[in-house]
Amino acid sequence: MFEVSLGHYLTLGAVIFTIGVIGIFLNRKNVIVILMSIELILLAVNINLVSFSIFLQDLSGQIFTLFILTVAAAEAAIGLAIIVVYYRNAGTIRVEEIENLKG
Amino acid sequence: MLAHAIFFYFFSFIAIISAIMVTVSKNTVHSVFFLILDFISISCLFIMIGAEFLGMIMLIVYVGAVAVLFLFVVMMLNVAQQKNQWFKSSETSTHIPVGLIVSLIIFFELIIVIGGWKYKPDIIENFSDSLISNSTNTHTIGSVLYTEYIHLFQISGMILLVAMIGAIVLTFRKREGVKRQNYFSQISREKNHGVELVEVKSNEGVKIDV
Repeated sequence: MFEVSLGHYLTLGAVIFTIGVIGIFLNRKNVIVILMSIELILLAVNINLVSFSIFLQDLSGQIFTLFILTVAAAEAAIGLAIIVVYYRNAGTIRVEEIENLKG
Repeated sequence: MLAHAIFFYFFSFIAIISAIMVTVSKNTVHSVFFLILDFISISCLFIMIGAEFLGMIMLIVYVGAVAVLFLFVVMMLNVAQQKNQWFKSSETSTHIPVGLIVSLIIFFELIIVIGGWKYKPDIIENFSDSLISNSTNTHTIGSVLYTEYIHLFQISGMILLVAMIGAIVLTFRKREGVKRQNYFSQISREKNHGVELVEVKSNEGVKIDV
C-alpha cells in the first residue's frame, strides 16, 4: 500500500487514458474539448513511458517522451488552426452541427 | 517511503479529478484551466520520481505554450459560454452508452495488462545502464540526446517547422479593402514626386491641388 511501485503509475496512466477516451466519445460541446482529450491521452502515454524509464533504469523512455511532447505541440497547433478556419467558414464548432460528411 | 506514497496519492488524486473536470465542465475556459492543473500535477509527479528535466519541459511546453494557445483560441472563437449538453439531446443519446461501454472495456483491458504484467528477471540485464547515478537527469539526457538520437532530434525540429508553416498557411487570410503599407513604393518615392515649388503672387494665395 505504502510502497509506490510501477503498477501505481501504470494505473494512473490507465485512468487518465480512459478519461480521455470517454471525453472524446461523450463530448457534445465543441471540438476544442476533443483536442484537450487527445492531449490527456498523450499525457497518459507520457506517464507510462516515464515510469517505465525510471523503474527499469533505461533512458530511452524519457527521450521518447521528449519527442512525444514535440509531436503533441505540433498537433495542437495544427488542430487549433484547422478549428479556427472551420469556425471562420461554418460559424460554429459544435460537435453535433459538424455534419458535412454525414458521419 | 511513506512521504513518497503520500505525495504520489496527493498528486495523482488531483490529476484524476482535474482530468474528469476537463471533460465534464460546462465552460470551455474552465476546461482549459483544469487541463493546466492536470499538467502541473503530472509534472510534479515526474519531478518526484526523478525525471526532473521532463517535468520542467512539460511545464514550459504544455502550461506555457499549448494551454495558452488553447485559451487564445477559446476566447477568440467566442465559444466559452456554450452550455454542455451531455445528457440532453435525445437523438444523439445512443452515443453515450456505447461510448461508456467501449471506454470501460479499454480501462479494464489496461488494468488486466498491468495486473498480469511481469518482466522476466533476466531482461533487466539487457537494458543499457545509461542512468548513471552520480550525474543528474538533465546531464544524462543531454549526453544521449545529441549523440545517439541526433537524427530524431533534427527530424522533430523539422516537424515543428512544418507545423508552424502549416498553421500560418491555414489561418492566413487576405482581406479586401484594407489599406496596407507598400514598402516598395514607400522606399522608391523621390523628391520631385512629393514636393512642388509654387510661385506665390502677393494678395492671391495658393490653391493647393489635392
